[in-house]
Amino acid sequence: MIEFEVTIEDLKRILQEGAGADENVDLGGDILDTEFEKLGYDSLALLETAARVTREFDITFDDDAASVAVTPRGLLKVVNDGTSE
Amino acid sequence: MTTPVVVTGIGVLAPNGLGAADYWAATLKGHNGIGRITRFDPSPYPARLAGEVPGFVAREHLPSRLIPQTDHMTRLALVAAEWALADAGVRPDELAEFEMGVITASASGGFEFGQNELRNLWSKGSRYVSAYQSFAWFYAVNTGQISIRHGMRGPGSVVVSDQAGGLDAVGQARRQIRNGSKLIVSGGVDGSICPWGWVAHLATGRLSTSDEPDRAYLPFDTEARGHVPGEGGALLILEDAEAARIRGARSVYGEIAGYGATFDPKPGSDRERGPRRAIELALTDAAMEPGEIDVVFADAAAMPERDRIEAAAITAVFGPRAVPVTAPKTMVGRLCSGAASLDIAAALLSIRDGVVPPTTNVSLSVEYELDLVLTKPRASVVRAALVVACGHGGFNSAVVVRAPR
Amino acid sequence: MRRRVVITGVGVLAPGGVGVKEFWSLLSDGRTATRTITFFDPSPFRSRVAAEIDFAPAAHGLSQQEIRRMDRAAQLAVVATRAAVGDSGVELTELDPCRVGTAIGSAVGATMGLEEEYRVVSDDGRLELVDHEYVVPHLYNHFVPSSFAAEIAWAVGAEGPAIVVSTGCTSGLDSVGHACELIRDGSVDVMIAGATDAPISPITVACFDAIKATTPRNDDAEHASRPFDGTRNGFVLGEGAAVFVLEDMDSAQRRNAHIYAEIAGFAARCNAFHMTGLRPDGRELAEAVRVALDEARMSAEDIDYVNAHGSGTKQNDRHETAAFKRSLGEHAYRTPVSSIKSMIGHSLGAIGSIEIAASVLAIEHNVVPPTANLHTPEPECDLDYVPITAREWHTDTVLTVGSGFGGFQSAMVLTRAGRSTS
Repeated sequence: MIEFEVTIEDLKRILQEGAGADENVDLGGDILDTEFEKLGYDSLALLETAARVTREFDITFDDDAASVAVTPRGLLKVVNDGTSE
Repeated sequence: MTTPVVVTGIGVLAPNGLGAADYWAATLKGHNGIGRITRFDPSPYPARLAGEVPGFVAREHLPSRLIPQTDHMTRLALVAAEWALADAGVRPDELAEFEMGVITASASGGFEFGQNELRNLWSKGSRYVSAYQSFAWFYAVNTGQISIRHGMRGPGSVVVSDQAGGLDAVGQARRQIRNGSKLIVSGGVDGSICPWGWVAHLATGRLSTSDEPDRAYLPFDTEARGHVPGEGGALLILEDAEAARIRGARSVYGEIAGYGATFDPKPGSDRERGPRRAIELALTDAAMEPGEIDVVFADAAAMPERDRIEAAAITAVFGPRAVPVTAPKTMVGRLCSGAASLDIAAALLSIRDGVVPPTTNVSLSVEYELDLVLTKPRASVVRAALVVACGHGGFNSAVVVRAPR
Repeated sequence: MRRRVVITGVGVLAPGGVGVKEFWSLLSDGRTATRTITFFDPSPFRSRVAAEIDFAPAAHGLSQQEIRRMDRAAQLAVVATRAAVGDSGVELTELDPCRVGTAIGSAVGATMGLEEEYRVVSDDGRLELVDHEYVVPHLYNHFVPSSFAAEIAWAVGAEGPAIVVSTGCTSGLDSVGHACELIRDGSVDVMIAGATDAPISPITVACFDAIKATTPRNDDAEHASRPFDGTRNGFVLGEGAAVFVLEDMDSAQRRNAHIYAEIAGFAARCNAFHMTGLRPDGRELAEAVRVALDEARMSAEDIDYVNAHGSGTKQNDRHETAAFKRSLGEHAYRTPVSSIKSMIGHSLGAIGSIEIAASVLAIEHNVVPPTANLHTPEPECDLDYVPITAREWHTDTVLTVGSGFGGFQSAMVLTRAGRSTS
């Protein structure tokens, strides 16, 4: 069973806390399939975000895969697959 | 063959003013920016006053993406750079990217950021260390962030020489313009007002332990008892004079006419300390006589021995009471690598407005044969000014700025 | 005519080789000095490999007082300085001290000393309001690393301009480039210039862990640094110092000094791209190379050997290979390119100066040091990287380059004395 599921809302909050938000991007909108690059997030932002998710939810996942995720959906998949193991 | 290098833009964040205009108005009014530390609880420490930049809300000035990855002093520096460029009327995207560079001074890097990450590492563990730690604390961070933000791909450098750094950066920037760059963002913005930075300052034994903002930092006074650290500084837009003219620069504050740097002999040596030579080198470099200097902005250590050395150097070069001397840093404290570029800004504004800002709160000791401009600004034609800065350990630098031709 | 600047003294402290002779022997043998970290327990970290120096400061003549007040990086630099001055044979006491300057590069300053003292005053991170009662008197010297330049100036009695240049991992090229400019413009006659860093401490290891910049190849520490290899997966942290005596060529010739090489050209550029990232096309590094060649009045064909930054990260080695092709054209394929970081790791700000030392020794010996651990070629790194074994190679002119966090790219051209036409 998946005990802790990280949601898109969690991810939006953690992105905002750990990496800020681009002024031209509405994080409140549907960003699930928007590329991180279009959202203004670089590899450092993803590394910081992945680290924050790990700490907050006390979970481990393939952080190499997380750091090269292209969209929020992709990142959530990596993160939540990890929790179900 | 040597191109005049001119200052066309000034960006200031100082404890007594946000922006060059506010800083200058406050400085001429003698407004003191020193107060009890608010950034942390200073009550456990023997020194509790600092010059903090008030009313600075980073989110109002910077993109939110930059906030998590920057130390407080880098945020100040990014805003100073932006204001300096705006003041110069420069739009970096309209200029050749490889002809613009960034050369700043740093003293201790983003020390507050570093403290937080050291704390995360040692109290919680390595996975709590920020992904931005690898650059957010280090000395090169301001040059890097400014060059990225404004697309400047020319020469980049960072100099560290404590309080002298603000002048050394400008000296190095001038050299790069003479080598062919058209524009360099230069100077220093600094700050380390956090507990870990504070105890490092305390270790020098040179901090004033007074709790009275008007009595704490008194250079050249019989009651000189150390200094008050501060944060902020100034970034300047230096340009090749001809390039500035061609792009139609709207204002030229003045020329960086001379620069000199020396290092003190090893402690215990009976050889003369370096400040006098630094001043003479800057004058020689500017091809000017001491009589052509209308005001000296002093380093103003406020430690009796160092005040004596500086006063002796000024007197030896200019003669007793032969040149007005001032230290408006009595209103903001000593800003590490931000101090000297802020003094250059003040010197250029003195030239523009024909007025010398005061050294506040000080009663001049009879020991010093200085014409120290006290209490109130002094109206005076200023065609050229000398700025002196001395860094911990023996670094001495001097810069001559003069009116645009 | 502008003054020409030459290197007449070299002092090196690098992993596996304290002293120029030992350093060159390691490089020319292609031995590696990377190992599992011994300075502290590395088990909590992702990357547990480093290139450490076995260094006993007292054995190198540092007094107890000097050892106490100086961070390890300063100690390395002072020992390297004394070696360089001795090697050059320059009699500094006969010179005007005001005409002798100091320029030292360091990316992270006294980071080891700072971390040690932080642990004490914060009770291992427990106290936010750290306790000033436990502060050591020299803490400010750690706090502002200009103290490194001060220590070196004191060690040699220099009273000319003194500065620390801190441009991340290009610091060691930039400090020497800066020194060169001071001699050229007549500010000084002699410069003590070089760089030092001693970053192997928990905070540094942790910060590179956080961005996966260092290799996790912990089970094969000796072969962990793999620049240009298809299996590379991050750099290996190192430490060290290299310091040079720089003089203007005429006065060096007048005193019949041994001249290692002339510094013919130098350029430092910002990439204005990213604090840690590099554009794959290598454009800014190529620009730095172009300007350095221009300054040397040389063309790509004059370069006999390229001493690469070659850090062993996926990103850098690809970027750098592209930059060499962009700046040297077809000649890039005909020129040996190697990374000594394969053997001594990446000592951040110090490495630029250590690589200058390797470059001048390549000229001295007509031998190109190899890229160790390079067994698996890959398509995007397709130059001649001198794998595994050093190569006898007529070397008059070397291009050495660096890339650093903060977005810095620097290039320097070194040439056998008397060969440059500038």
